[in-house]
Amino acid sequence: MGMTVAEKILARAAGLASVSAGDVVEPKVDLAMSHENAALVINQFLEVFQRTGLTPTVWEPSRIAIIFDHRVPAESPKTATNQKKIREFVAANGIAKFHDIRGDTGGICHQILPEYGYVRPGYVVVGTDSHTTSHGALGAFSFGIGATEMASVWSLGYAVNIEVPETIKVVVNGEMPPHVGAKDLILHLIGTLTAQGANYKVLEFHGDTIRRMSTSGRIAICNMSVEAGATSGIVPGDAETVRYLREEAGVTDEIPLTTPDPDARYLRTVEVDASTLEPQIACPHMVDNVKPISAVAGTKVQQIVIGSCTNGRLDDLEIAASILRGKKVAAGTRMLVFPASGRIFGQALELGYVQDFMKAGAVVMNSGCGPCLGVHEGALGDNEVALSTTNRNFKGRMGNPKSEVYLCSPAVAAASAITGVITDPRNN
Amino acid sequence: MAKVIIVLANDISTDDIYPGRYMATVLPTETPQFAFADRTEFNARLKAREFPPGSVIVGGENFGCGSSREQACSTLKGYDLVVVAKSIARIFLQNSINLGLKVVICPALEASEGDEIEITDDAVINRATGKTFSQVQMPAARKGIMDAGGLIPYTRARLKARG
Repeated sequence: MGMTVAEKILARAAGLASVSAGDVVEPKVDLAMSHENAALVINQFLEVFQRTGLTPTVWEPSRIAIIFDHRVPAESPKTATNQKKIREFVAANGIAKFHDIRGDTGGICHQILPEYGYVRPGYVVVGTDSHTTSHGALGAFSFGIGATEMASVWSLGYAVNIEVPETIKVVVNGEMPPHVGAKDLILHLIGTLTAQGANYKVLEFHGDTIRRMSTSGRIAICNMSVEAGATSGIVPGDAETVRYLREEAGVTDEIPLTTPDPDARYLRTVEVDASTLEPQIACPHMVDNVKPISAVAGTKVQQIVIGSCTNGRLDDLEIAASILRGKKVAAGTRMLVFPASGRIFGQALELGYVQDFMKAGAVVMNSGCGPCLGVHEGALGDNEVALSTTNRNFKGRMGNPKSEVYLCSPAVAAASAITGVITDPRNN
Repeated sequence: MAKVIIVLANDISTDDIYPGRYMATVLPTETPQFAFADRTEFNARLKAREFPPGSVIVGGENFGCGSSREQACSTLKGYDLVVVAKSIARIFLQNSINLGLKVVICPALEASEGDEIEITDDAVINRATGKTFSQVQMPAARKGIMDAGGLIPYTRARLKARG
């Protein structure tokens, strides 16, 4: 029987001729990513080796990536000390794919991995971050795990007891209308599938809309697949994947692509006509509480956030800057922008986008997870409302359970910054 | 027999169980203090050790959705609580098994705060209502890790076998 992309990747990584959904496999890991929670991974890793008589040794340092992004620069002595311990571990174990707090090579893990060509089509990628689904945008089978599972991967080099997931085929056709983009598409899908509609499943993306979409947009879609519960979101590698890896990530070696068999078995197929989409908003306090913008336009917002692993890429900043250029952020509303990486920040500087944002009154922050997870900056006051291009709006997500977060595209965020209320960018 | 100490809605996120602002605290010995930190009264009762080990948190659908943060499991494991939910998000379920937090999937469960329930190998019996609800069995692949006492001893055994 034919195989889906996830089945093909897992079969290859497990050294099997074929696998099908439900099989239990132990795939070799091609890339294992952690951020600051590497501090916990290290703790668990050392515990694994206790009473074994063996020296704690990571299986293959070149396949481990550690990127500081969640709390950069450190917000507390505790975080700073965790980061220091990780640096020492990285140096002692020869982990070269390490991205410290830097303005040139730093950034958010889900941007750094693609940007540096660490992820290739057909890879098995694990990350101690739920949005590790992002890397399916390059045709990898990429999924989030906990710190203890990562400690096991560091020890063994493979993931234990992985059930091959079933795959839902998502076919998206049609030209997206102006000011409607990848974020609107994935929000619409999450609203349709629900927050657990793809739990334990893979979303495999097809259709002419996906084929035309840039890698940046594909990352946004795969990034948020986890908000429908998906283990992984995958865009099968194609010409755009090769273009991105060659031109933007500087990859020079061979790039084999993995495509599904024509007779692959899917759990079901979901079809979307992208030409009928309008801007979508995820309303408090669940990502699947998705409404078309017309339902919530006019809602007052105190904080606009543009950035994150979902929408902090150059094309996201470009559309936001084009809308804000020469305009002002409304009084009573503050706007925060945080590019997804140092490289993107630099490009946005050269292209004048940073100037556009600052002249409009936005605060441009360093690359990192920033306000998205409510850890150390951009917290909301009681009863305040944020409109954000990030990926989660759970109660308390931006640091205050008495606040509300709406999720949207960069175009909606920028248009709304000017008016101070949720605003349809098509009306500009 | 164990008592249901709280009944929660669907889609309880890991931000609810363990708010992001406490993520710099990583060690399982230190995370329990922040369990459900934004539910201040419940958090205070947990910290006061009002609930004996084995007490039950009842969740709805998609319990533990969101972040992969393992603190959301270690914080509950620290009080030896048991989670019985209609369904459980993938990463939270796997983390629970890896850390030895007892979790039970019971799709039709009906229970109220204060009910005494009994968890057998394949069912959940609500002694307050007399009703029995069947569990979704964990796949054999996960049982191996549970039987080993979690992923750390399981991985340690693999390492030793390899030499």
